[in-house]
Amino acid sequence: MDTKIILDTIWVLVTAMLVFFMNLGFAMVEAGFQQAKNCVNILSKNFIVFAISTLAFWILGWGLMFGDGNPLFGTKGLFFLSGQDNSPAIGNAYQGVYSAISWTGVPLLAKFFFQLVFAGTAATIVSGSVGGRIKYLSFILFSFVLVGLIYPVVGHWIWGGGWLQKLGMFDFAGSTVVHSVGGWAALAGAIFLGPRFGKYCKDGSINPIPGHNLSLATIGTFVLWLGWFGFNPGSTMAADFGAISRICVTTNSAAAAAIVSATVFSWILLGKPDLGMTLNGCLAGLVAITAPCAFVSVASSLIIGSIAGILVVLAVIGFDKVKVDDPVGATAVHLINGVFGTLCVGLFAQDSIMPGTTGNGLFFGGGLKLLSAQLIGVISVGIFVFLSASLIWIILKETIGIRVSLEEEINGLDLGEHGNVAYPDFVIRKSLITF
Amino acid sequence: MKLIQVIIRPEKLDDVKNALSKIGVSGLNITEVEGRGRQKGMLQQWRGETYTLDFIPKIKIEMAVNDEDVDKVTESILKSAWTGNIGDGKIFILPVEEVIRVRTGERGREAI
Repeated sequence: MDTKIILDTIWVLVTAMLVFFMNLGFAMVEAGFQQAKNCVNILSKNFIVFAISTLAFWILGWGLMFGDGNPLFGTKGLFFLSGQDNSPAIGNAYQGVYSAISWTGVPLLAKFFFQLVFAGTAATIVSGSVGGRIKYLSFILFSFVLVGLIYPVVGHWIWGGGWLQKLGMFDFAGSTVVHSVGGWAALAGAIFLGPRFGKYCKDGSINPIPGHNLSLATIGTFVLWLGWFGFNPGSTMAADFGAISRICVTTNSAAAAAIVSATVFSWILLGKPDLGMTLNGCLAGLVAITAPCAFVSVASSLIIGSIAGILVVLAVIGFDKVKVDDPVGATAVHLINGVFGTLCVGLFAQDSIMPGTTGNGLFFGGGLKLLSAQLIGVISVGIFVFLSASLIWIILKETIGIRVSLEEEINGLDLGEHGNVAYPDFVIRKSLITF
Repeated sequence: MKLIQVIIRPEKLDDVKNALSKIGVSGLNITEVEGRGRQKGMLQQWRGETYTLDFIPKIKIEMAVNDEDVDKVTESILKSAWTGNIGDGKIFILPVEEVIRVRTGERGREAI
């Protein structure tokens, strides 16, 4: 009985379950940040998207991402997880077509399940920015393509043995692979959909559309924070007791620092500590530390988190200023801080922390080598995802349409898309403050 | 006969209700309203933008009283609804042509 394989497998599966639980977190955050009349629709999107991701990743996504192939995408063992494989054998003992992930000594299905929940996370990020006006069917179809094609290609570049990995780019748990991919797709969606009715006035002023339940939003943020203790330490895909302990602490430290900096910054900027900004701050810190979590010190993670908290507040306000309507701040959290976190690897990495991997970043005497690889990664992924996501949104827009009618938007997507009402016993539209 | 209509703070409803009971007025009905007098709206914020809720939630109480009881009822309301802050409310006194009890058909004084 190989104890290491057993412990590693338990670790991979339990952390994967925590990441799965993040779907609840996203559902609650998004529901809480948006209006009651759209609540069923938001919950539906967040619920069904993991099912769609499961199918898309099993059918094709896994194979494109981890199959042996060329520097851009996998070509072997593409469909239905059916390639030859003798996991948990590792290194030279491995015989199969998923060599890029043969470094972790756990069964194939454990690897699949773990990677699946990460793919699902990227898909559910998109749901937030398109909320309140997207057609349910269009979202479902987009998600299928995102997890089946776009996400795995990027994943192949960075984790699947592709060109960015060979270039020396490092993204430990997915600031780029997961969060910026979701973020770029979310940005494209928000742009092609257009803003919610009444959000931006002709005179340039911005109408706040308050979320209907900050209790739900807070539940969601706590669940995501908890889930991140699976997301980051789990990415060792091994019960490496030193690394997973350190990664739990760097992860948490970044969250804590970001919460404080976002709260203080928004307090000063806006006059009162807005809970929505605080919650977004927490998530921004977590996204930012996702790439560097294994390679940086606890002190560095505090700095990274502090900056992330400020960036997210500026980004929330900034995206509104350029009339990109993102009801939950998905772009501010996942896109901006996904990029920032990826670059932080190039700044804060220390060779002594995980020897033989990243080398030293700019702030620790390593020069620009690592940072340039990170920058090339950020730019190339940005171009690829934004363009391919835009293409899918355009195709959907020209065929079945992506936006509901104005009448439906006003009455609420719950009625229009689902025929359900989230809170039938309550008045769901109070005339004074909702559209 | 008069209809006394009074707008009060929702938090003062219990005080007003109890004060009226003490002087023998138990028949009344309330409506939840929103309104504004000299009290300005409530300033709220959401993620970087502020907005004002111009109309403040209030309670409107209506009760029919005999002419000779109007003074004692308004005295009681003024005492129990008062806080001294802007937004304490207003009393309106309207003339009533007829009052009829649905169950018995009684009219006038007997119906109040």
